[in-house]
Amino acid sequence: MKKLINRPEDVVREELAGIALAYAGRLVVHTDPHWIARADAPIAGKVAIVSGGGSGHEPMHGGFVGPGMLDAACPGEVFTSPTPDQMLAATQAVDGGAGALHIVKNYTGDVMNFEMAADLARDEGLTVEQVVVDDDVAVKDSLYTAGRRGVGATVLAEKICGAAAQAGRPLAEVAGLCRTVNERSRSMGVALTSCTTPMAGKPTFDLGAGDMEVGVGIHGEPGRERRPLATAREVVETLAGAVVEDLPFASGDRVLAFVNGMGGTPLMELYVVYNELHRFLRERGIAIARNLVGSYMTALDMAGCSITLLRLDDELVRLWDAPVDTPALRWGA
Amino acid sequence: MSAGSGTIDAAGVTAWLRAFAAEVSERRDELTDLDAAIGDADHGVNMDRGMQAVAARLPADPEGPAGDSPLGPLLKSAGMTLVSTVGGAAGPLYGTLLLEMGKAAAQRATLTAAEWAGVVSAGVAGVQMRGKAEAGDKTMVDALLPAAEALRTAAGRGATLPAACRAAADAAAEGMRRATPLVARKGRASYLGERSAGHQDPGATSSWLLLETAARTFGASGGAADSGEGG
Repeated sequence: MKKLINRPEDVVREELAGIALAYAGRLVVHTDPHWIARADAPIAGKVAIVSGGGSGHEPMHGGFVGPGMLDAACPGEVFTSPTPDQMLAATQAVDGGAGALHIVKNYTGDVMNFEMAADLARDEGLTVEQVVVDDDVAVKDSLYTAGRRGVGATVLAEKICGAAAQAGRPLAEVAGLCRTVNERSRSMGVALTSCTTPMAGKPTFDLGAGDMEVGVGIHGEPGRERRPLATAREVVETLAGAVVEDLPFASGDRVLAFVNGMGGTPLMELYVVYNELHRFLRERGIAIARNLVGSYMTALDMAGCSITLLRLDDELVRLWDAPVDTPALRWGA
Repeated sequence: MSAGSGTIDAAGVTAWLRAFAAEVSERRDELTDLDAAIGDADHGVNMDRGMQAVAARLPADPEGPAGDSPLGPLLKSAGMTLVSTVGGAAGPLYGTLLLEMGKAAAQRATLTAAEWAGVVSAGVAGVQMRGKAEAGDKTMVDALLPAAEALRTAAGRGATLPAACRAAADAAAEGMRRATPLVARKGRASYLGERSAGHQDPGATSSWLLLETAARTFGASGGAADSGEGG
């Protein structure tokens, strides 16, 4: 393992200390328990948007805290859900009296910890709604699995719900928008290499030098199949093909196209992928109305990418375009 | 431990939780390796972090708490510690197990074999409520359910506390082994589908260790430690 760390067990704590210093004045980083909040929270009368998840996916979620997006984020240990006391403390800290929306990615641990957090928060008299994001088409949604994983749509939902909350929309509407974004989004990813968690110190899975894992999850969970590495064009046809077929997206649709890097892939390659995605969608009569290209939901040092498509309407475009001022996403502000 | 008198008291529960913490610590890498094969390679690390926190907050007196201390608060406190330190799925599940055991034990200071069977069964029901897993889903429940049943059966037959705890540990080990060839239907391992078959479940393994350390703590000497890939 080659990582720029001190001791593996200190990575999350020291990362948060770095975030606190890097964004002093914009973010507040609380320890014991860990949560990150916008410095001006709580905002009276505004729905609070709170998310959280394991560390190792940076900039998600802490990098999305700020005006126009999240009010607070709860980082867990590396690839491990945060705990209910974190979500409770964060929710209490940023609740502005209009209730809170918890945006939860569909992983067994995350869902259970957030459910316990909601129970605790309601016991404290807070109003909390939770929406579980599950957009990864690589996983079959059946009674016999934990269901589809929450991946790229989470970033889009956090931005769009953040904008709606900032505009003063009530909790039920903001939660409804979150469900809409989830319902209209589909994603799939590919890994060219494994990731290595600091505590394990060795790759999470073995992948041959000439192979790729199609449908990989953001913790190195296995996907649909392992195949020899292909060209960017072929990879996009596989990923975007599965995404388009699943919703399905159709000719005439306007979409937000999100090409996400997994952490170990250069932006150069993500632009190559975006170029291929643009061609792929154009050939099918699907118009890219908005895009996002970059590493926003990573899996530590994994090389690879994911493609997320969100079917847009005028309202979603307006909310996407609304000002946002966070460490990782910033425009119009 | 009060094993000789056939009951479990606060000193016994404290010794059990310490023994489980030590066992998890010793087998940390083994549990993590099992999880790496079908999950996300953090079960040993997370359980070790949580149980070290539990052990650190147990009464420091080597003799343990007074014999008349109520068991409910002790178990609930351990459960809340797990909930707030483990994360992942194991935190809510093991936390709920101990919280529900604590609720069932309430203010009682000692538990007979039959009462212990009731307390453990309440904990296991809590795990099922939280995780919504059934027998055969290849989870903790595959070790816990047969263990609770064996405890109830043994206690119902009038078995001694050590014998009942031994029966529970052996049933947990057997349940864990029976889950190995199964296809996972809950948790992260379920993403693997058929590829999860043949792998020993890390959650069932730590659950077996919980029952095995109970058997060792509450009386009978353990045959233990011969179950599973790394054991």
